[in-house]
Amino acid sequence: MGRAETLKALRADAAAARMAGLTLPQGAAWANAARQEALARVGAMGLPTKRDEYWKYTDPATLTAGEAADAALFTPDERPMFDGTDRLRIVFVDGVFAPEMSDDMTGENLEIERLSTAMAKDIHWAKDLYGKLETEGHDPVERPLAALNSAFATDGVVIRATGKVSRPVNVSYLHRAIRSDAILHHVIRVDEGADLTFLENGPAASRLSKVMEVDVADGGAFHHVRTQGRDHERRAVTGSYARLGAGSTYKSFTLTVNGRLTRNETIITITGDEAVAHVAGACVGDGKDFHHDDTVFITHDAVACESRQVFKKVLRNGATGVFQGKILVKPGAQKTDGYQISQSLLLDDDSQFLAKPELEIYADDVACSHGSTSGAIDETGLFYLRSRGVPEKEAIDLLTLAFLAEALAEIEDEALAEDLRERLESWLKRHR
Amino acid sequence: MLTIKNLHAELEEEGKKILKGVDLVLEPGKVHAIMGPNGSGKSTLSYILAGREGYEVTEGSADLDGADLLEMEPEERAAAGLFLAFQYPVEIPGVGNMTFLRTAVNAQRKARGEEELSAGDFLKDVRAKAKTLKIDADMLKRPVNVGFSGGEKKRNEILQMAMLEPKMCILDETDSGLDVDAMKLVSEGVNALRDGKRSFLVITHYQRLLDHIKPDIVHIMADGRIIKTGGPELALEVENNGYADILAEEGI
Repeated sequence: MGRAETLKALRADAAAARMAGLTLPQGAAWANAARQEALARVGAMGLPTKRDEYWKYTDPATLTAGEAADAALFTPDERPMFDGTDRLRIVFVDGVFAPEMSDDMTGENLEIERLSTAMAKDIHWAKDLYGKLETEGHDPVERPLAALNSAFATDGVVIRATGKVSRPVNVSYLHRAIRSDAILHHVIRVDEGADLTFLENGPAASRLSKVMEVDVADGGAFHHVRTQGRDHERRAVTGSYARLGAGSTYKSFTLTVNGRLTRNETIITITGDEAVAHVAGACVGDGKDFHHDDTVFITHDAVACESRQVFKKVLRNGATGVFQGKILVKPGAQKTDGYQISQSLLLDDDSQFLAKPELEIYADDVACSHGSTSGAIDETGLFYLRSRGVPEKEAIDLLTLAFLAEALAEIEDEALAEDLRERLESWLKRHR
Repeated sequence: MLTIKNLHAELEEEGKKILKGVDLVLEPGKVHAIMGPNGSGKSTLSYILAGREGYEVTEGSADLDGADLLEMEPEERAAAGLFLAFQYPVEIPGVGNMTFLRTAVNAQRKARGEEELSAGDFLKDVRAKAKTLKIDADMLKRPVNVGFSGGEKKRNEILQMAMLEPKMCILDETDSGLDVDAMKLVSEGVNALRDGKRSFLVITHYQRLLDHIKPDIVHIMADGRIIKTGGPELALEVENNGYADILAEEGI
């Protein structure tokens, strides 16, 4: 067998292993068809192996294994995330909707229901989106784990913002079973000129697969803040697929602390002129079992659009961080303003940061820049702080927070940014 | 207050000898100045006293009120009352000046077993002290020393000194990069802290700073040692004749 055939066989094996214990949920005809199509995509692509170029730095084996691995429960003694924000809260426990913990699904300028409810309805607007953005996201790089999610997702939320939604929607993912395997899928549509804030928090399960498809119509705005819990052993693969109309905005921030394996993919296609896409992340990892991967692909297919990627990782005790970020500027996407920065702060010699920043530009009137750095704590700054009486560990925390500040500054809501900063500070303090 | 005996030190990596037997005794409430040509070891002495890495003390001792400075971490020396105003204050992007000051003040109080300052008391104190140094609210908000002019950085050092209230202040070429007005402002800040108990070690190339901060004793340092000690008139002698005569006199 040649290399290509070998790879294909390995992918097919991985897909077979992963799907052995799964059954396709049943719903309305359109939903069943969408799932069958997704299943066919998985069949054609197989599932990734570590020999795939796109998974070179992150071994997907535990994500494609038939069984999820155990993950010890972690119950932090602290205020619930986002508790300072008046929000509509929807709770999933190990991937299962928890009605007793969730708010009524109603709100001004808001249509919201569970995915399982929507997919049981004969006619639903989600038909035009479910699995569609995911499908488009395979070009030019295949993302079969997302297709697997579209085929087998058991639940999620379907949200349509028809105007300015005053109360943010908050999906909380609780992890209560040592072994749980959650597959969740959200479909979000922000109508023309509408505005939605979507908050996510929690580890979700011992293994989570989550896909979010977001369609932002002309002039719409989507704001996303996510924290991924603090469970040390959980694994997660998430994919955010977005399509942006003219003059629309998509701003997303993710905070990741702990977790054994995280692969967060963001695939954004800007199809309307003068749209803005910002994706940012801050991550803190401790220990050789920590592996965090941010993979971002932003396609500019319109004029005068802006995109921005800001990712910061703090790694210590042998932790691994990965960043694969791409800006693709299609022919005719003139006046594109693209920015990408990925940086790591390595607190010891054992930790590593693997970065693959890419620009691919087919228009001649664009401004794109990217940078990627790895560095240790600034010794001069550390001595300066210590000479003022700040103990070494506290000084390192202060410099660590300062390093993450640029990513946290991407959060638009200042109160929320300050809340996350304070939590980070206390986590860093308790960690030592 | 500060007692330095026969202090020898070298650069850790290169093994290059920098201090070759420094002896210095500073009494409480006194202002001593150290002058000397470039490369004489003045700044190294200040770094070694503050605990900067990269130097190895091969001989001698340095005590602050009987406590062995050389055995202490930099933060412990600070809590014990030692303060170094840096020649080149360090920029720390991402850390607000106010946060930095409050963290430092409270860390030292904690180390001394004192209660942390309440946010209100701290704010009142810092605003009053900042005002006398002409440090505006914006400078307090900005990241530590980032985008500060040379004069602003030095004023910020003096503000830290005023907030931390050390008993032993070392000023390393605080006059470098200052224009006349800034030097006056900084000197006034320092003089305001002279209370008869607090001691100062002022390291400088030039006599002009000593017009503003009047020393009790002047030392001349060369080739890693104090080669001559005298009154304020020694600084004037250097100003008029340069170091050449003194160095020749001492056979250097």
